[in-house]
Amino acid sequence: MYMKGTAARMGVMKRVSLVFKAKANKALDKMEDPRETLDYSYQRQLELLTKVRRGVADVATSRKRVELQMNQLQQSANKLEDQARKALSMGREDLAREALARKSSAQSQLNDLQAQYAQLQAEEEKLTVASQRLQAKVDAFRTRKETIKATYTAAEAQTRINEAFSGISEEMGDVGMAIQRAEDKTAQMQARAGAIDELMASGALDDLGGHRDDIQSELDMISSGSDVESELARLKGELTASQRKQIEGSGANGGPQAAQAQQPQQAQQAQQGPYAPPAPQYTPPQQPQQAEQYQPTQAGLPVADLPGLGGEPQDGDG
Amino acid sequence: MIVRILGEGQFRVDDDVAAELNQLDTELESAVEHSDEDKFTTALASLLAQVRAQGAPLPADILEASDLILPHEDSSMDEVRKLLTDEGLIPG
Repeated sequence: MYMKGTAARMGVMKRVSLVFKAKANKALDKMEDPRETLDYSYQRQLELLTKVRRGVADVATSRKRVELQMNQLQQSANKLEDQARKALSMGREDLAREALARKSSAQSQLNDLQAQYAQLQAEEEKLTVASQRLQAKVDAFRTRKETIKATYTAAEAQTRINEAFSGISEEMGDVGMAIQRAEDKTAQMQARAGAIDELMASGALDDLGGHRDDIQSELDMISSGSDVESELARLKGELTASQRKQIEGSGANGGPQAAQAQQPQQAQQAQQGPYAPPAPQYTPPQQPQQAEQYQPTQAGLPVADLPGLGGEPQDGDG
Repeated sequence: MIVRILGEGQFRVDDDVAAELNQLDTELESAVEHSDEDKFTTALASLLAQVRAQGAPLPADILEASDLILPHEDSSMDEVRKLLTDEGLIPG
């Protein structure tokens, strides 16, 4: 080999492979019956397979979360641009500026997420491939395990077991590291995703998720401003008209109206005839009240009897 | 001989290719020793490219230990150092 004679410089590749081999040998040395090693190792392989599949699922979940956030940010960015356009068309450059500033912030978060999304996607693919490769190796190991058990005595089996074991052990080490890397990446992404969620909740990126949108409410205010003004004017007009009418009405009929309001009631009671003897007794105490003026009546009687609201119907009655 | 790229799988490469790889590997090792980040990145990228270009992927159902093992492509220099000293990078 190239670095022959330089024992200390055996190169990175060789050294790493020796580290892996040492690891496998250490595990093998612990086993007393070599054939037990096969079953024990096979169990660990199955566990690792489960773990790597779970790893794939975790990365996928994380990727989907990032995807969701990307969609939200994209919507926000689009909406903010619409708002900026609308604000400009209303001559509110200050609002447009604010909307665009937020859009730019949302956009930079979005770019960041896109990079992370690509990383997660790559990680997911790698882990999926690793999981398939490990599955194939585990299957090969199982076949070889059965052959070794059936054909060889414990002593004879040793070499073949060592071969199978170091082969699978290297794969397991590799996959184990891949899972670790994927977990680290996922954890990083989750931390960032959490930070973005917080940022959205704070309103800095103007999330569409339901909290108050001050730019929109200001735009709404401006655009509905003219409507409000005209509505207000209309209502004011109505109010003034009805007040005038009322004032005129009270001025002319105020006192008598109050008396009239009670009279139909009394008439009704009277109409109940002989079967309502208490009625006459009922009436006298009210008489002084009616005789007194407007104000006590207003305070004491039910709303329906208030004369102020009923000028016109009473006019009709009278 | 069999070369594994961590996170990627195993490749079978001819012995004369392995000699070329060793040349690049020496550069990689010296880059790690001297903490030369640029040289490290270049050497690792060339090594991986060479293995991918010259090697034939080993079928997944073949159980063989590799003669040489290469760090995965996004490895940092720090990760490679840990790999070399076996400080817990390889699980199990």
